Amino acid sequence: MEAAAAADVLPSGSSQELHVLAVDDSYVDRKVIEKLLKISSCKVTAVESGARALQFLGLDGEKGSLGFDGLKVNLIMTDYSMPGMTGYELLKKIKRSSAFREIPVVIMSSENILTRIDSCLEEGAEEFLVKPVKLSDVRRLMKDCVMRGETEGNNAGRRVDKRKFEDDNHTSSLSSSSSLTPSPPSTTAPFGGDVATSELVSSSPPHSSKRAKLHDGD
Amino acid sequence: MERNPLRRQLQLMRKSLFDQGYLDEQFVQLEELQDDTNPNFVEEVVTLYYRDSARLVLNIEQALERKPYNFHKLDAYMHQFKGSSSSIGAKKVKAESTLFREYCKSGNGEGCMRCFQQLKKEYATLRKKLEAYFQVARQAGPMETACRPK
Repeated sequence: MEAAAAADVLPSGSSQELHVLAVDDSYVDRKVIEKLLKISSCKVTAVESGARALQFLGLDGEKGSLGFDGLKVNLIMTDYSMPGMTGYELLKKIKRSSAFREIPVVIMSSENILTRIDSCLEEGAEEFLVKPVKLSDVRRLMKDCVMRGETEGNNAGRRVDKRKFEDDNHTSSLSSSSSLTPSPPSTTAPFGGDVATSELVSSSPPHSSKRAKLHDGD
Repeated sequence: MERNPLRRQLQLMRKSLFDQGYLDEQFVQLEELQDDTNPNFVEEVVTLYYRDSARLVLNIEQALERKPYNFHKLDAYMHQFKGSSSSIGAKKVKAESTLFREYCKSGNGEGCMRCFQQLKKEYATLRKKLEAYFQVARQAGPMETACRPK
């Protein structure tokens, strides 16, 4: 059975597990995400706030860039709605730091709001996951994170999954010849046919939907 | 069909929880995370949920005692509560939470109050049912569930 554990798919020569920094103010969610990640063979550091996350990364000006125990962080998964610093604000801080902007950041949210998803992706989030997060989400994330490292410059990894679309933004401007699962048009740019085919990943599981990143940032 | 009577009972209890709409798919997700190294994971998460959410329930209760209602605050509390409830697959509780938030958004204080009473009932009922379920689970011993391999 395909476990796609992080340890299995790492490039040859690397025996390190991925170290994930999980940020969520909910105790229950931290426990669950921690388990999801551990089962996927990751090392996990779970913290309760953006401030703590920055502290761990050393971005609060206190320590060096490797975190308290010297473990490099390979992925950051953060809840969106948190008191104090939101996941979005944390994302921005990370992407604006020279030391950590390369670390993929995944946003998790119980609310499937298009503008929110747009903003996060625009700020450089790797993915936007709708909560509750499933094991299949994490497994896919592990594959993507590793593939992303191997295939630099390939846009295939950037997408949104588990989008259950609300009414109005659905399907309107997709060309009928597209064989990809429908995704909402961007609110600021026309949804061009070539963009759809070049940026969306075609081998997607049927339940998830892809969204082209139409705003060129990187 | 499970031969062991305790396990059979457990299966029936579990099926009933799903059939009657108390639990949803997310509970199954939690079960998939359970293994030999952590055989009581689901029970631990549920216990954590009830412990942690008690605080939120109290906050909401207190907020509902202060008139006029601060709908923004009520909604914020319920957003958190709904999140945790969703994480353990508490289907009915989650539904009531959603309804409560709708009432908050439309500024319907009466609706909030009524809904909250119902929510507390569902919350308590689920707790009793899950406690009974986990008790049998512990007695039945580790189940050979069709889980993901190690």
